[in-house]
Amino acid sequence: MALRTEELLLNVGPQHPSTHGVFRIVVTLDGEVITDATPVMGYLHRGTEKLAENLTYTQIIPYTDRMDYVSAMTNNYVLCHTVEKLMQLEIPPRAEFLRLIVMELQRIASHLVWWGTYLLDIGAMSPFLYAFRDRETIINLFNELCGARLTYFYMRIGGVKWDAPPGWLEKVRDFIPYMRKQLQQYHDLVSGNELVIARLKGIGTYDASTALAYGLSGANLRCTGVAWDLRKIQPYSLYPQFDFDIPVAQTGDCYARYTVRLAEIAQSLHILEQAMRIFPEGGEIMGKVPRIVRPPEGEIYVAIESPRGEIGCYLVSKGKDKPYRLKFRRPSFVNLQILPKLLIGESMTNLVTILGAIDIVVGEVDA
Amino acid sequence: MQTYFHDTFSWHTAGQMLLVSGLLMAIVLGFVTYAIYFERKILGWMQLRIGPNRVGPLGLLQTVADVFKLLIKEDVIPARADRGLFILAPAIAFVPAFVVLVALPYTSNWYVADFNIGLLYMIAISSISTLGIVVGGWASNSKYALMGGMRAAAQMISYEVPLLLSVVGVVLLTGSLSLRDIVLAQAGYFWNWHIFPQCVAFVIFLIASVAELNRTPFDLPEAESELVAGYHVEYSGFRFAFFMLAEYVYVFAMATLTTVLFLGGWHAPFPAWDVVPEIVWFGLKFCVVVFFLIWIRGTLPRIRVDQLMSFAWKVLLPLALLNIFVTSLVLQFLAT
Repeated sequence: MALRTEELLLNVGPQHPSTHGVFRIVVTLDGEVITDATPVMGYLHRGTEKLAENLTYTQIIPYTDRMDYVSAMTNNYVLCHTVEKLMQLEIPPRAEFLRLIVMELQRIASHLVWWGTYLLDIGAMSPFLYAFRDRETIINLFNELCGARLTYFYMRIGGVKWDAPPGWLEKVRDFIPYMRKQLQQYHDLVSGNELVIARLKGIGTYDASTALAYGLSGANLRCTGVAWDLRKIQPYSLYPQFDFDIPVAQTGDCYARYTVRLAEIAQSLHILEQAMRIFPEGGEIMGKVPRIVRPPEGEIYVAIESPRGEIGCYLVSKGKDKPYRLKFRRPSFVNLQILPKLLIGESMTNLVTILGAIDIVVGEVDA
Repeated sequence: MQTYFHDTFSWHTAGQMLLVSGLLMAIVLGFVTYAIYFERKILGWMQLRIGPNRVGPLGLLQTVADVFKLLIKEDVIPARADRGLFILAPAIAFVPAFVVLVALPYTSNWYVADFNIGLLYMIAISSISTLGIVVGGWASNSKYALMGGMRAAAQMISYEVPLLLSVVGVVLLTGSLSLRDIVLAQAGYFWNWHIFPQCVAFVIFLIASVAELNRTPFDLPEAESELVAGYHVEYSGFRFAFFMLAEYVYVFAMATLTTVLFLGGWHAPFPAWDVVPEIVWFGLKFCVVVFFLIWIRGTLPRIRVDQLMSFAWKVLLPLALLNIFVTSLVLQFLAT
């Protein structure tokens, strides 16, 4: 008599330690092998885009803080930059420098969170605390700058709200060599570890054409060898003035994404180092902005490189002080599309490895 | 003192037995309490934290408070669980953990019973605990627990084979299964310890024992990030405490067994150092093994389930067999 077997329907999430928030995947398991996977999202949906239609432009900025709460500065920037571009505002250089510095610091902080939590996902406990110690330094810098640790509300249409307090720039300057040392330590402790390599190499592999077909961006695209970084491809802010590389990897697996993200930390430090050298003395931090921000009638799409990929903002203005329609292209959401394809045929253990490597922030997936 | 097993049963011997078992129990429970405390402290230091420092001086009463909390918690049994098995499973897991302790010698005089099959007894009894974990996973009627239980069954049964085969080399060297005889055979200088002639067996034994203990990097049955908590996900309160207790008692038993089999038990590294009491030497070696278990927990990520199985069957098992083969060959040559 043949043994009767049955597939197991397993509900992973919305409360699960490795879904990084309230994200849910319904997987069908044959033993430990996934035969089907359906992501279910929306548990953190707050209707940011709809709410924005009844808010003035400055009032929308704190809502963007809460989308990708691991990288609030880049979210601030994409909205401000969109409105400024539609209004053709001039931004004072000091404000632009401050923006660039906080965005690059934010990129490092965001990748540190990813690095720590990802290794926690694959069972290594300690790196999480090491990563969070170094992120704490950045958070403290932000706290000094704008009084918030996570939801900064730092940028405004036309500039930034706060100038760097005395001594702040020196602290950033000191942070760069410190972080370099730490990054080397991370590589020494984790990157070459046999178990880490065994867990990550060859898992969740896809090629460049698949990545492009799924609209992936950020490290998820660069891990396949496509050197696509909006800071270079569609330069914004002061990036054309800076010298940096786009880290790419060729294999397209989880380990490639791991190396790309760590290499990006090094590149961000390189950018910061140059920015500290040419930071302008004195100057305004707010441009000449009308009391009430009323972008002219028209529509515009602006995209920048967030730590997670291409974050875009599509704005339709009817010349009022509130947007007619605001749409965010959220990289976490778009990158997540490839998940079911990657999961089928993998084991339950690899679910965590693959999902973690995509690097989602549920606040951004659901917006 | 060890004669009571052979004496006729009387109030006197019964009292002695109770006293010895009570003492052993107290020592082991004390070990568990402070093993957990030191595990948390050492992990804390490794991870830039302080570790428990609130309850009692230096946090020494933290584990006591934690156990007390577990004991006063509501006893939750899931509605669709298999009640009988659910209640039975923690007992199946933790009773063998205590039963194995009688076979372990600590010094030349301190041991409860010296069986001539002590090693076999120890390994045989400890595999019963696997049953408790599988039953617990099954009876919970939860998918995560079931998967954890199945993983535990696969892992612990697979790793028992290399574990057992690795100690065969030691048995060949000493010609005895009695743990006391094994230690006595390692007397003299430290190069008599089995860790040196049997270094391959030692490595296999260490890896397999970590897997048997379900500790990082082989903590798949309770892989937090995938299976939430694995086989004990539905357990809470004192039933959960029993599972945890069993795990730490096994840490005690395995660390003792490693010391006894490979590290020369209570023997000093040089005969001249014998002035130091035997229990100190035993304790030192024992602590090194326990520290090693904690240390790798703070250092390594978890291995994947398929890698785990292929590692046991394709690497450890052939190595263990090869070790037996080489050991017997060498012994044969030395004999002739």
